[in-house]
Parts: sequence; C-alpha cells; structure tokens
Amino acid sequence: MLSLRQREQRQAWVLLAPMLLVMLLLTAWPLLRTIWLSFTDAALIGSGEAPGWVGLENYLYAITDADFQSSLWRTLYFTVVSVAIEGVIGVLVALLLNQKFVGRNMLRVLVILPWALPTIVNAMMWRLNFNPDYGSINALLTQLGIIDGYRSWLGSPDSALNAVMLADIWKNYPLVTLLVLAALQSIPDDLYEAARLDGASAWRRFHAITFPAIVGPLSVALVLRTIDAFKIFDIIYVMTRGGPVDSTKTLSFYVYQESFSYLRAGSGAAYAMLMTLLCAVLITIYMLLLWRQRRRGSADEG
Amino acid sequence: MKTRFTPTLKGCFAALLLASAGSASAATTLNALFMTQAAYSENDIRAMTQEFEKAHPDVQVNLEFVPYEALHDKIVAARGAGGNGYDVVLFDAIWPAEFTRFDLLQDVSSRITPEEKSQIFPGAMNTVVFKGKTLGMPWILDTKYLYYNKAMLEKAGITTLPETWQQVMDDARTIKQKNIVKYPLVWSWSQAEALVCDYTTLVSGFGGKFYQNGKLDFSSPASLQAVKLMKSSLDEGLSNPASREYLEEDVRKSFSNGDAAFALNWTYMYNMANDPKQSKVAGQVGIMPAPGDAPGKVGAVNGSMGLGIAKGSSHPEQAWDYISYMTSQPVQNKYATLSLPIWKSSYQDPAVLKNQESLIAAADKSLNVMLSRPETADYSRLSNTLQQQLQQVLLGSVTPESAMQTVDKSAARLH
Repeated sequence: MLSLRQREQRQAWVLLAPMLLVMLLLTAWPLLRTIWLSFTDAALIGSGEAPGWVGLENYLYAITDADFQSSLWRTLYFTVVSVAIEGVIGVLVALLLNQKFVGRNMLRVLVILPWALPTIVNAMMWRLNFNPDYGSINALLTQLGIIDGYRSWLGSPDSALNAVMLADIWKNYPLVTLLVLAALQSIPDDLYEAARLDGASAWRRFHAITFPAIVGPLSVALVLRTIDAFKIFDIIYVMTRGGPVDSTKTLSFYVYQESFSYLRAGSGAAYAMLMTLLCAVLITIYMLLLWRQRRRGSADEG
Repeated sequence: MKTRFTPTLKGCFAALLLASAGSASAATTLNALFMTQAAYSENDIRAMTQEFEKAHPDVQVNLEFVPYEALHDKIVAARGAGGNGYDVVLFDAIWPAEFTRFDLLQDVSSRITPEEKSQIFPGAMNTVVFKGKTLGMPWILDTKYLYYNKAMLEKAGITTLPETWQQVMDDARTIKQKNIVKYPLVWSWSQAEALVCDYTTLVSGFGGKFYQNGKLDFSSPASLQAVKLMKSSLDEGLSNPASREYLEEDVRKSFSNGDAAFALNWTYMYNMANDPKQSKVAGQVGIMPAPGDAPGKVGAVNGSMGLGIAKGSSHPEQAWDYISYMTSQPVQNKYATLSLPIWKSSYQDPAVLKNQESLIAAADKSLNVMLSRPETADYSRLSNTLQQQLQQVLLGSVTPESAMQTVDKSAARLH
C-alpha cells in the first residue's frame, strides 16, 4: 500500500501532467523543429517542394561569415559593457535609496519608472533625445560646452551602438536596483550597529555585512540581464534598424534579417541555434561563479 | 411561470429573423489588408469600402491596417492560412518578383482588357507586372519629387528654378553662403529602403538603368555620378549630415520646420507641408520633378503600390470586383488630393487639378520616366547590401567605385 507521501506525490503528478504536456508541446516541439530546420535549406514560405538536407552547411557558413562574426563581437561588447554598467549603477542607486531621507519613497517610484516603460516607448523616447536637430542630448552637451555643435549620434557608426546602449542601460538598471534594494532592506540594523561599536570602517561594514547580503540577488539580476542583453533586438529595431553601415546589427537582428527579410528559415534557424548555444555558455559561466561564491560563503561560516 | 410575448417583442424577433436572413444572402466576406500611413488614409479607405458595399450588398469587406514595415511579412505569413487568409492585399512595387517565386498572388492578366491597360500610366502598370504576369491593379501611383522653399530661394536672389542637379547644388551653395539656412538640402539616407529610393531617383535623372545586357549593374557612369553627388553634397556641407539617419517623416519634419531649402520626398508631403497646422513653411512650398544632369531631363523612382488577389482566396470574383472599384477612375478622382490617379485622362479633370496644379504639373513629367528598382526575388538582400555600401560612401570609409563594385559582386550571386 502506498504511503500518504507517495499518494500525495502521485496526485501532484496527475495534477501537473496536463500542464507539462502543454509545455512540452509549446517548447519542445518548436525547439526540435528549429533544430531540424537548421540542417535544411528551407525557405520561410515553401515553394511546394520539401526543403533539402544540407547538413552542417548553415553552421559552417555562419562561423566563417565575417558579417556573423562582427555581429557576434558587437553583441558581446553590448552585453558585457551594458550589463557591467547596469550592475554598478544599480547597486549605487540601491545603496542611496536605502538611506533614510525625505522624499525617499517618491524617488523609489521614479527610479522604477524607466523599467516599467514598454521597450518600444523607451526606444522612441531615446530616438528623440538623440535627434540631431532638436534632441535633448545635443542641447545638454552643447550648453555644458562638451561638444561644439549638434551631432548625429545615431547616424554615425562610431556612436550609434553606444547611444543604443545608453538607452538600454537607462531602462534596465532599475531591475538591479530593485533586487538589491530588497536584499538591503532585509539586513537588520543591529548588525551595522554592532559593527560600528566594534569600530568597523564604512568599507569594512560594506564588505562584511552589505556585500554578502546582496551578492545572491545581484548575481541573479546580472544573469537575467546578460541573457536579455545578449538577445537585444526591439530597441535596435526602433532606434537604428541595424544601421548605420550595420554598426548596430546584433546577432538577433542578423537572425531576424535572415529569416524574415530574406525568408531563409533554414539558415535563420541555424544562426538562432548558435545564439542559443552561446547564451547557454554565458549562463553556465555565471552559474559556476555563483556556485563557487556560495561554497566559499558556506566555508567561511563553517 | 407563463412566458408571454408582447407585440413589440414579437416585432423585434421578426426583425431579427429578417436580418439574419439578409446576412445569410450576403454570403461573401472578403478580408482585405491595407497599410496605415501615407497616400490614402485609413478613414478614406473605410469610406471607399462602404460605398462599395452599398453597391454590392452581397459582399462584406473586413479591413485590416498595418504599418508599411509589417505589410510584407503579413502577406507572406498569411499564406499558410489558405482560404481563411486575405482575399485582397496591398503590395509594393519591389515585391512582385519574390511573390511570383513563392506564388503568393493570383495572375489577373485576363481580367484587364488591353483598352484599360492603355488608359493607365505605363509606369503604374509596371508596378504590378512581372515577367508578363499581371499580379493586380496599380492603386497608389507615387514617386519622389524635389520640394523647395520659395521664400528661401527668393531671399537668396534666385529667380529661376534649377533645371539640373548641378544648378540645385549651386543654388544650395548660394543659400548657405548667405546664411539663410545651415544645410540647404535634406534627404532620407537612413539604412533603409528610403535611401535606395533617393539613390534611384538620382540614377534615373542621370539617365542610368540597373540592368546591362540582362545583368545587374551598379557601376554604370550614371550610378557613380549619383553616388558622388550624394557624397560631395555632404562634404560641402550642403546636405544635412543628419540625413544619414533620416527616414521620409524626418525629412518632412525638417523641411516643414524651415530647416531646409530643398528636400526629396513622396507626393504625400505636398499637402502636409502646405498645411499651416503642421508646417511653419505652409504657403511657401514649391514642388518640381527631381532634375537630371541636363536641362529638360527628369529623374524619378517607381514607388507605386498595387492591389492583388491572394493565391488562397476562395472568392476571386468578388475580390476582383472590389479591386476594380477601388482602382476605378471615379473613386481615384474623388480622393486625388491624397494620391494621384493611375488614369491618364484624370489629369484633364478640373476637380482633380484644383489646388494642386503644381503637383500635377510635376507629376505629369515624373510619372512618365519612373525607374523601377531591380526586379529580383532576392531584392531584400540586394537592397540591404546597397544600403550598407551607400552608407559607407556617405561616411567616407570607401570610395564610390569600390562600393559599387562590391554591390555588383553581391548582385552576381543572386538568383
């Protein structure tokens, strides 16, 4: 006879089964189909004939294609730099918002606002900010005497990607702030009190109390942001559509062009699979770091 | 409890029955796909459709509107829907080759009589014909014109309108020297189809074509002349450098704001730039055909669009009735302030001419010389390479010659 625990487990599975089935159909089937497509020369709309099997050709093409490689480096640059800056600004703002001062709640709402905006709205707004004729960025920098005349930020390949990154950072650092702030609020004041009595410096207090408390949530935020930044598409579609001279063409945009502008579903699928693999590598690195951090943390305690 | 019908309720019930009987006879429902911006507005298309439904009580038309950027993908994606997809779709002049390869539209060659064809501008007809197959009826007839600010030219002491691009550049130089405006010229040179349209307009004015002995050719003298003019106008500070990130709407805003003396744009800008509600230069806007390299020569790009019947449509007859109505001369004449009619004789109608004499005078010359962008099923890829190479020239990182050779090489690999 089944024990209560076993019966409960069986019941749980029965209740979960329909959901799992739906998930399987919605995730596994398209994934398997994409993998299959990536080995063919399928067009997005068939001409009636079955797509031909081309083996690894699509993958080999991507790896040797200069356009794919430059998109990859561009994407990595975008991911590493914007996530790093989002991390630093996010933590600093969270530390600030954790202080007690008048208008703190108001400021907290304001900080979260950019994150709550739809990406498209954010992208349109930044397009206006960077406008070469009446954009606020030009006005600000000219009035401060940093630049001598209005510039076309999104029209120049040297600045377009950084301009898009600024828009992305502005929108996404609040996520880091939110998670870190929540962690900061869980630290009891007594701990700081005790540390202060023991004569610990501000840096020492941050290192010994604050940092261990926020490192977990911060890592989660950075992992999430890395995955998101690596897939960056919508903000680029609105702000620059990959231009000028492909200087903002990231991997997602490359895949989109191949699949939907050129209607090549086969090679598009292959590039998408390559992206997924690279993303998985990034996540694995993060998870390993996180795991080591945890182990060291528990070793310290022990 | 006993239910009792009151006389009014009974009346309603009878009316409902009648209504459902009525809708049962209106058996045909058409699904039509249009775009939201430029040329005819959404409200006007709704009004036209209502008129059509009045005349054809047995047909009902469901309208769907999407932005131009989504139009292509919608038509392509709807193919899988078969008979449940669209019956009537709006399509751009650059898609017939690709749509033929994937068999997306019905061949309507036999539905248009030779007589009808002869009454339509050949350039408009080209929009819907690919390799002898007619894929629909032209509906929006459009090309790019050169707009100018009359007040600025006057202030600079320019009394005659430029007849060649060289004169446009000379006038622009005068205007710049007299400090009337910082950058006299504005264009849509963002990495987008708009850039290819501006380039094509120039190539056409210089007497160029994209095919040489059946092969794509971008290194022709006319093509190089076009690219060099674009580059030198930037180098001299005559063209607004921000043109490199502009689309058509940015050009319209810049020109309407009084920030340019000359601008290249589609028909729709004429009435908008002359509307005091949305333009600071209303009343000062002049329009002329884009010039060429010699007096009397005109350049124009074919930016027209047509209405076609989707392959999967199960009501091709009704769909064709609808298309015929929408493209008919009376309907086009009625809405001529938004988009110029495809019918040659419309331009003798005083009602069509009213308040847009100068637009029609310009159209009269431009519409006859419209150059089509290359007709290839791989157009998107070709256009992208072209955009990228043109932008490299505009940014000064490659020479016009080597950029155009790169496009030629890439074009040679296309189907």
